[in-house]
Amino acid sequence: MSAEPLVRVENLNVHFQMPRPHLLAPRPVLHAVDGVSFEIARGRVLGLVGESGCGKTTSGLALLRLVAATGGRVLFDGTDILALDAEAMRGMRRHMQVIFQDPYSSLNPRQTAGDIVRAPLDTQGVGSAAERAARVDELFALVGLRSNQKALYPHQFSGGQRQRICIARALALTPDFIVCDEPVSALDVAIQAQILNLLCKLQDELNLTYLFISHDLAVVQHICDEIAVMYLGSIVEKADNAALFENPRHPYTRALLSAVPSRRTPASATRIRLEGDIPNPIERPDGCRFHTRCPHAQARCRTEAPALTEDRPGHWVACHFSNELDAAADD
Amino acid sequence: MNTGAGDRPVLEVDGLSVDFTVRKRQVRILSDVGFSIGRGETLGIIGESGCGKSMTALSLMGMVPSPPGRISAGRILLNGEDLCAASESRMRAIRGRNISMIFQEPMTSLNPVYTVGNQIAETIRRHKGLSGADALAEAVDLLRLVHIPAPDKRVSAYPHELSGGMRQRVMIAMALACEPDVLIADEPTTALDVTVQAQIFDLLREIQDARGTAIVLITHDFGAVSEMADRVIVMYAGHKIEEGSLDEVSDDARHPYTQGLLRCMPEIRARARERRQPLPEIPGVVPDLLKGLTGCPFASRCPSAMDRCRELPPSFALAPQRAVKCWLADASAAPGEQPA
Repeated sequence: MSAEPLVRVENLNVHFQMPRPHLLAPRPVLHAVDGVSFEIARGRVLGLVGESGCGKTTSGLALLRLVAATGGRVLFDGTDILALDAEAMRGMRRHMQVIFQDPYSSLNPRQTAGDIVRAPLDTQGVGSAAERAARVDELFALVGLRSNQKALYPHQFSGGQRQRICIARALALTPDFIVCDEPVSALDVAIQAQILNLLCKLQDELNLTYLFISHDLAVVQHICDEIAVMYLGSIVEKADNAALFENPRHPYTRALLSAVPSRRTPASATRIRLEGDIPNPIERPDGCRFHTRCPHAQARCRTEAPALTEDRPGHWVACHFSNELDAAADD
Repeated sequence: MNTGAGDRPVLEVDGLSVDFTVRKRQVRILSDVGFSIGRGETLGIIGESGCGKSMTALSLMGMVPSPPGRISAGRILLNGEDLCAASESRMRAIRGRNISMIFQEPMTSLNPVYTVGNQIAETIRRHKGLSGADALAEAVDLLRLVHIPAPDKRVSAYPHELSGGMRQRVMIAMALACEPDVLIADEPTTALDVTVQAQIFDLLREIQDARGTAIVLITHDFGAVSEMADRVIVMYAGHKIEEGSLDEVSDDARHPYTQGLLRCMPEIRARARERRQPLPEIPGVVPDLLKGLTGCPFASRCPSAMDRCRELPPSFALAPQRAVKCWLADASAAPGEQPA
């Protein structure tokens, strides 16, 4: 761990202009990501969790410039990548890669597995043809595929094997940083364990840095060093793994943790029940975004948005009443 | 609903097998699956994709796509009536009235061009013979029952105007319209977020308590099963490989597959542990049913596989409603046949 983080995101915004509802109306703005900041040190894993529509995937894509950010800075190894021109960004992409959720739709069905894994090497013009072929063999071995599977097409592989192809492709250019966007959500549990173990092993061996996006708290607890919880476009709580699971401080994090059904302790008795659904990100509630569903909401929450503050070392929370709630929870 | 608690089960499935014709070959998708479920009880069916759990549900509903599929053996007794022998018109009367189903994807299972009220009322008109206006009024009551806010307004909403959780509530309202004896829930919360999933489970339990509906919960998520089910069956490659109460299967799994499945699932721990440990894996992948299996379907991935596993084990009954399809459970096994 060096002092300077590998990835530093400052006040990232992604706002989408929506179509006008009618001719003279202003265009509504969808605040997909609103003022998100975090850092990831080299060799660490930051988990980004939240429910669908909370902006976790958009944050991940925006920091790779796969969707355009509308504000903020993304510093990668000290370089502000949002300010780079297209040519410089292309060079930068060698160091930052992505693994998507659905290994069925993220592989070209008309390319062989070998071609898919070689594509990044071709695009970046790495080495001679023979060197690239050798690198593809090496990558296949690294992710646990046989090199005689190079000539097969994606449909001839199972879901887990396809995700291995995606991982091999992401590793082709020896990146430092990989955004893993729900990499195991589409897989069966037995296969999930295989892929999670592979991601952990690769991280240790290659000293990779991950941004691990997931809605599955058990998976996040397993793999991440630090965790940020998102709700409606903003981070509501951020802490290291142990602190977040042992002592969750934001009411949303608590509800989220208690809603996960568990084999050991069926949660139904002690569950914190949230009413309703996540509000529409076009017409977000004023004040604290969570106040419409928060069991502890008070008048102040409806008007004044709480800032994400580090009120304990390393533990950030955006709630006006987190200290009062802590005291209540300890009773 | 004339079956009292305690006596005969509402639904009994016995020796159910389903074959599909794939490229002119017969492939057995379900092999000799049997279970029963009583009034007010929840049975969880758990397994990975392709294990036959959804096909079991479709068989119960008489909706096995045919051709290429057909129920080749077995009986499905709903209140004593064999559904396998029922005519299509008889099935149409039973489906939605005595047995109904909710699906995983509420968006694709609702018709986008009809209002949700219209779709719920259709079931009511068909089975209860009510007029359009009366049926619509009952649809509003049902939406209220599943806790949809402002049901008199929502009744004229189209599916795209509702959130995923709301759509699943509409599906549940539709399935409950005629107070069925058995509700089949095929991955009802897989497409939903955890906080919404918790709401849907609460709703299903509430309705079950009020009406004594028997629920068959089909899922790949052991957490969901723990939350809802009284009893569990575990499926693998079309076989029921283990059956027992929730506690028996969860704490004392006997089949090596069940044991492996339980071990490899990451679970939230209240106390963080030291550095992450690798998860125990089940090596390999689910067998290809097209290749025609002989012997135990799990043998190729099983850590305890032995010579005997080349022959398909029968289902060994350990107790009433407790069974394991594995040679390890064979009490008569000679000592020399223990795994190495």
